[in-house]
Amino acid sequence: MKNRLTAVVALTALLGLSGCGGGDSGGSDGPVSLRMTTWSANEAHLKLFNEIAAEYRATHPDVTAITFDPIPFESYTTTLTTQIAGGNPPDLAWVLENAAPDFVSSGALVPLDDTLKGTDGYNFDELTPAATKLWQRDGKLYGYPFSTSPFGIFVNTDLVKAAGAKSPAELIATGTWNWDNAIATASAVASKTGKAGLVVRDFDYKGWDNLSTVWTGWGAQAWSADGKTCGFNAPEMVEAMTFLHNAIFTAKALPGPGTAADFFAGEAGMTITQISRASLLEKQTFGWDLVPLPAGPKGGYSVIGQGGMGVLKKGKHADAAADFLAYLTNPTNSAKLAQFFPPPRTPLLTAETLAKTNPLLKPEQLQKVVIDGIANGVVKPSHSGQAELSQAVRAALDPLWKADANVEGVLDGVCSAINPLLGK
Amino acid sequence: MPVLTDNAAGRVDTRPAPGETPPQRRAWWTSRRRDQLAGLLFVTPQLIGTALFVLLPLGLVVWYSLHEWNVLADTFDFVGTDNYRKLVDDPNLPSVLRSTAYFSVGLVVLNLGLALLLAVLLNQKLRGTVVFRTLFFSPVVVSLVAWTIVWGFLLQDNGGVNGVAGMVGADGPNWLRGEWTAMLSVIVVQVVKNVGLNMVLFLAALQGVPAELYEAATVEGASRWTQFRRITVPLISPTILLTSIITVAGALQVFAQIAVLTQGGPGTSTTVLVYYLYQQAFQFHQFGYGSTLSVLLFAIVLTLTVVQWRMRRRWVFHEQ
Repeated sequence: MKNRLTAVVALTALLGLSGCGGGDSGGSDGPVSLRMTTWSANEAHLKLFNEIAAEYRATHPDVTAITFDPIPFESYTTTLTTQIAGGNPPDLAWVLENAAPDFVSSGALVPLDDTLKGTDGYNFDELTPAATKLWQRDGKLYGYPFSTSPFGIFVNTDLVKAAGAKSPAELIATGTWNWDNAIATASAVASKTGKAGLVVRDFDYKGWDNLSTVWTGWGAQAWSADGKTCGFNAPEMVEAMTFLHNAIFTAKALPGPGTAADFFAGEAGMTITQISRASLLEKQTFGWDLVPLPAGPKGGYSVIGQGGMGVLKKGKHADAAADFLAYLTNPTNSAKLAQFFPPPRTPLLTAETLAKTNPLLKPEQLQKVVIDGIANGVVKPSHSGQAELSQAVRAALDPLWKADANVEGVLDGVCSAINPLLGK
Repeated sequence: MPVLTDNAAGRVDTRPAPGETPPQRRAWWTSRRRDQLAGLLFVTPQLIGTALFVLLPLGLVVWYSLHEWNVLADTFDFVGTDNYRKLVDDPNLPSVLRSTAYFSVGLVVLNLGLALLLAVLLNQKLRGTVVFRTLFFSPVVVSLVAWTIVWGFLLQDNGGVNGVAGMVGADGPNWLRGEWTAMLSVIVVQVVKNVGLNMVLFLAALQGVPAELYEAATVEGASRWTQFRRITVPLISPTILLTSIITVAGALQVFAQIAVLTQGGPGTSTTVLVYYLYQQAFQFHQFGYGSTLSVLLFAIVLTLTVVQWRMRRRWVFHEQ
């Protein structure tokens, strides 16, 4: 009886497995259903995507559905990887700039050149080399950089006024918009209004790569351009981090560790973030402004965050997905996407063009923050094996976020922690 | 009666004697067989579920631990015991195991101690005990992630906990940023969440202790503490064993609280084994090594459970 029972269980398990493993037989024949993962659940973003998808489906009856699957930003890459490991990869996916080296170099993405160049009216040559650099390997493009978004500073002008501090606009007008004065304004807001002064958005004492929006002003970098030498204990970085440490613990210009403040809920005087967040201000009642990052000791600078769209090689309908990506990012649709995501197409990168689709932002803001930012900006730190590196830096940097920290010692510790990983 | 004759082959001859009516063949479909089939049908869904969702994944994890699996590059290479060698040489593992032990011991001691204390208090015949039982049990049914997020806000530097401390003139620490306060915070959040479950189990056990034993002990002049030590603890020891096995196994598998509250920090002070294997497998894409860490966790849980089970003979009281 035991043997019979074992046989029944084994057979049932095998049947179950064969049922699970089969899945959609896929292939490119027959009706196609596409799925794209995004880290934005913003209604306006999804509405636009769905409109473009509906237009595409009208001329492609074989594509029965195109769905956009928002995944929380905090766990985006982890969830995407898990979907791939679990045999349920999306057909298209957004990829963050810090994950780009891994996705591009591993061969997880389909090369897009042939499809994009072969699409009528695509104007492939309009894509700026600076924007596509991160997404290329061996001369092939593996991801379309749909968003090349410089960081700027959003200002709650009501809070700055209430604090009696000099506004960034005034400081820009007098040519004194630098980090010392920015921190002075933030500190005044914090002490006079009880709200937070300056929030480096998404940093929260964990997302350290967002601090590149500060340390780049000192000419510092996390690691050398070839990715092999640690830059955390370089003099420029020590100086930048000392300045930041003082801004947090002495000037109280930034909310301390463990204290949350949301600029878009009116809880902070200023925040460093990308212009795609401007849509969060649509219904705000407080006055606001958008200005470029302040000048550092090494002068003016800009930092760029990038998002790429890629077609997963393991997706069920790679060819159809690449074709849809070509449609989604053609000149017409790129212009529509530009209202949220600064595009990599040169003709669209003018203040006049962007102003048409960005009613919340003034042409001069778009020129100073977006157009000039893309032209001069450096991309946030990215490296192969970024997740492990990022975790090592986070853990080693944690002792810095105490009032009595030895900045130089902590930064030496960061390099000790990541040197073995940089050498891999 | 049939004639039973030993023949040359040593077999028993069951043929009827001449003139006897041959016996009726026994029916194959007996009530015993019917009961057996019914029993099998009842357990089959559970067996299938266990095979598919417990045994198969367990086997797969062991299989994966012998491989290097790069999800992005779509490679799956057999590496033998390489991942186990890496486990032995992993410089982070000692601190991860220390954090795991710190969390587990803290949680088990606090949870069982507090649950027993609450159960004893709420076992008294006083007004309002039903309200308190409900109050202490209600966190058990709250969503774990929602519960943890709320505590994340309360434990902020300017959060509710320090707000209350400030009302009595105390200056609370930055709970989730201090190396030892972060782990303490995670333990307390987990204890408050689940202490109600053990409390209810202890309460049920306490109510099964015969009242006459206490009456006899009182007549003999035994103090309350002696009664608790000599009567209560031995009689509820089977429940203590059950709750300790469940709590130890649960403590070793803590994940959501760490992921939401501290993400393993500050430094690596709250990086427990489950969180570490999650990082290796799902964040660093080292599924093979992550699986090896899972095997280690399985071995630890199994060992501790077996040890507790073996030790039951020494201290668990079983009424004959």
